[in-house]
Amino acid sequence: MTRTTPRPTIFSYCTEPDTLARLEWLSCFLTTGKHLSFYASFGTVLMLLAITAPVALVFGFGGATAARASLWPVRMLGKIYISVVRGVPDIAFFMFFVIALDQGFEWLRHQVKCPEWTDPIRQGNDFIVCAAAKLPLNTDPQWMHEVYGFLIAVLTFAIVFGAFAANIIYGAMNAVPRGQLETAEAYGFSPRQTFWRILVPQMWRYALPGLSNLWMILIKSTPLLFLLGVEDIVFWARELGASKTARFTDYPHGDWRMWYFLALLVFYLAFTKLSEVVLERVMRRLNSGQAVAATSGKAAA
Amino acid sequence: MSCLQTIQDYGLRALGMGERLLPRTDFTLCDQFTLIGSGMLWNIYFAIIAVSCGFVFSTLLALAKASHHAAYRKPAEWFIFVFRGSPLFIQFFFAYFLFLSLKSNVPALGMFTSAWAGAAVVLFLNTSAYSAEIFYGALRTIPKGDIEAADAYGLTGWARFRRIIWPTMLRLGWPGYTNEAIFLFHATTLVFFSGFPSYQQRGDALYYANYFAIKTYNPFIPYPILAGYFILFTLLIIAVFGLVNRRLNRHLPASARRKIRIKPQVIR
Repeated sequence: MTRTTPRPTIFSYCTEPDTLARLEWLSCFLTTGKHLSFYASFGTVLMLLAITAPVALVFGFGGATAARASLWPVRMLGKIYISVVRGVPDIAFFMFFVIALDQGFEWLRHQVKCPEWTDPIRQGNDFIVCAAAKLPLNTDPQWMHEVYGFLIAVLTFAIVFGAFAANIIYGAMNAVPRGQLETAEAYGFSPRQTFWRILVPQMWRYALPGLSNLWMILIKSTPLLFLLGVEDIVFWARELGASKTARFTDYPHGDWRMWYFLALLVFYLAFTKLSEVVLERVMRRLNSGQAVAATSGKAAA
Repeated sequence: MSCLQTIQDYGLRALGMGERLLPRTDFTLCDQFTLIGSGMLWNIYFAIIAVSCGFVFSTLLALAKASHHAAYRKPAEWFIFVFRGSPLFIQFFFAYFLFLSLKSNVPALGMFTSAWAGAAVVLFLNTSAYSAEIFYGALRTIPKGDIEAADAYGLTGWARFRRIIWPTMLRLGWPGYTNEAIFLFHATTLVFFSGFPSYQQRGDALYYANYFAIKTYNPFIPYPILAGYFILFTLLIIAVFGLVNRRLNRHLPASARRKIRIKPQVIR
């Protein structure tokens, strides 16, 4: 099969793939436009991690602080958040939350934007809001839909992981020795000052082992993006690996999905190993100068 | 249609028995409870296979990891690292496509491309790695005095392992192992969402819950039902493992017994 107009390629020799030797063929194959999207989707995963981790930490901090509050309703809210999210099996929660958040947002917008709408929103099996309340709007370009899907996914991750982080931080706050807080009070610190100047700086050391564990779990949960309909690495690995005939592509090949998923497996293993090494260093740093069992003999002595 | 009729039609639908067509309109609560419950049969099957086989294999792995010989230790360390360091989701996908390409070379291995065998193998290897790490940790915390006492009594080799090391390892590792069993049970929901296709709409509980959520645009009924079933069976696991824990600790005074504390996990 010959093409009249050559496709744009990275290497100049890639215009006639059928004629190439193995290694050159592979280098051309791995730089097709679709493969570049595949590599970009690793960026999507890293971005998800980069956004979710701080947001989940904020949720966790908020949840833990609420669970310690002296006001009863706030305290209950914090405790309910922690225990409900932690008690339900993992992906059921992810599947549930994405639809629920989506419908929640559309319902809120519907209330604001279409007050004259009289039909019920739930008509039997259908969920119907007015066109102006749709999220994103039907007229929006494709990338808006993709970004919206991604943001919903980030929010879901943040809510679920926030609850786990809240539990860890709550435990860490309780682990700070009571005497430290009493000393602060004796020096005339207000509750707010005690919280920010004594409790929060000291709690990190207790929270870090749990949080680093959570980070590992967060890395390993990123393939869930695929379930939430985001075009992530799993999506592209399935897409690119599936067998292709010469009719539809310049690079026909058999079912290579196994090799693509092997590559993903190696990616995750390398990523978790790297995180393990880095977190180990951070931990040693935080513990240096502290007389705790976790430090090595020479630091404690 | 009465609810009893629904249960007769769909109670074993996940195994391919009873009514063939899934309900398409007018979903009743009874439909949802029955079908999701029927899907739970798969989750229970996977959990039982994986945990019972994984228990034996993880003990061997833990012993290998604690071994002084690098020839035993290194493979065990790698196995545990590979299965604990990567997402179960990716493992499912990889295994499914691996089995697919094996099938085209060796047709006898064809059964592994279906969930009942293939996914069970993956879950078995996965839980073995996680449990082995727990048991390895327990092996390292066996009180030195216990082993010295065994030596003093002249126990060696198999007798020492069976009478001293193994029971103590189990006792110390049991609370962690209980959590692992619960976690694995929750992880069985991934089977039909990753790679392994559900043949003739015979899926697990999440498969049917998702079916209802998509058909009715209403996640607020099927998912809570699913969660309810899971909480029920989780309580059952806790009860059974709690009985074993009682037996393992029966020689100890109440204050020295290790309590099982449930620590929910996100995903593996």
